[in-house]
Amino acid sequence: MAMQTLTQRFANPTRFMALAARLLPWASALAAALIAVGLYMAFFTAPPDYQQGHTAKIMYVHVPAAWLSMFIYALIAASSFGLLVFRHPLADVSAKAAAPIGAVFTFLCLVTGSLWGKPMWGAFWAWDPRLTSVLILFFLYLGLIALRSSIEDEQLAGNLTAILAVVGIVILPIIRFSVDWNSIHQQPSVSRIGMPAIHPSILWPLLVMAVGMTVLFAALHLKAMRNEILRRRLKTLRMAEVQTASGLAQPAE
Amino acid sequence: MDLGPHAVYIWASYAVVAVVLAVLIGWLVFDGRRQQRLIDELEARGVRRRSSRGTEAH
Repeated sequence: MAMQTLTQRFANPTRFMALAARLLPWASALAAALIAVGLYMAFFTAPPDYQQGHTAKIMYVHVPAAWLSMFIYALIAASSFGLLVFRHPLADVSAKAAAPIGAVFTFLCLVTGSLWGKPMWGAFWAWDPRLTSVLILFFLYLGLIALRSSIEDEQLAGNLTAILAVVGIVILPIIRFSVDWNSIHQQPSVSRIGMPAIHPSILWPLLVMAVGMTVLFAALHLKAMRNEILRRRLKTLRMAEVQTASGLAQPAE
Repeated sequence: MDLGPHAVYIWASYAVVAVVLAVLIGWLVFDGRRQQRLIDELEARGVRRRSSRGTEAH
C-alpha cells in the first residue's frame, strides 16, 4: 500500500470534517482554560510595570492579537502557496476561512494599541512605521475578503486571492523591522535574540495568554473551515437540484 | 480593583476584545448551524450529491 503523507491523509474534506468535529471541543476547552488562567495571572499575580504602572496590562491582550495578526497572515500565505503549487483541496478552504479571523485579530491589535497609546504617548494614533504597517496589513485582509467575494467563479476567486496573499507576505518583514525605522513603538521584548527583556512575573502571564489565544484561533479556524466545507456542499446540492429540475422540465422527444 | 488613573483604557481594551471575540464566535456558530440546516432541508427533499448517489446505487 502506498505511503500517504499527513497532508494527503487529511486532504479528503469528509475525513477532515470528522477529525475537526472531534478536535473542536478539546481545542475550545483548552483555549478557555488557558485564557482564564492567563487573565487571572495578568490581574492578580503580575505586578504593575515600573514605568507604565497597571496600563501595561493592556499588553496581555495587545501582544497576542499582534502576534496572531501576523501568524494568521503567514498561514494564509502558506495555504495559498499550497493551493497554487500543490492544488491541495483544503488549502483554499483554509485560506478563505482564516481571512476574516485574521482581520478581527488585526483590528483588535490596532484598537488595543490605540487604547494603550493614548495614556502612554498622548495620542490614539500616529503615522508611525509600526502602526501604519499594521494598518496596511488590516487593509490587506479586507482586500483578500473583498477580492474573493467580488468573483463568482469559486476557482478563479481562490486563485486570484491566493496570488494576492502570496505577494502580500512582504508586509510581514516590514512590520517586524518597522520598529527600527525611527518608530515611537517599543523594540521587541519577547522575540529578540538572547533572553526576553521582561521579568518572568510579567512574561509568564503574557506567554499563557499568547498560547491561549493561539489555541482559540486554532478552534475558530477549524470551525470556520467546517463552515466553508458545508457551504461548498450546499452549493453542490443546489446545483444538483437545479440540474434535476431542468432535466425534468425538458420536453420528452 | 484599583488600576490607577488609566483604568478606563485598560477596561476598554479588555471589553473590546471580549465583545469582538464573542461576536466572532457567535457568527461562526450561527453560520455553521445555518449551512447544516439548509443542507438538511435539501436532503429531506431528496436532493443528493453525485458522490452520495453513486454510493447509494451500490
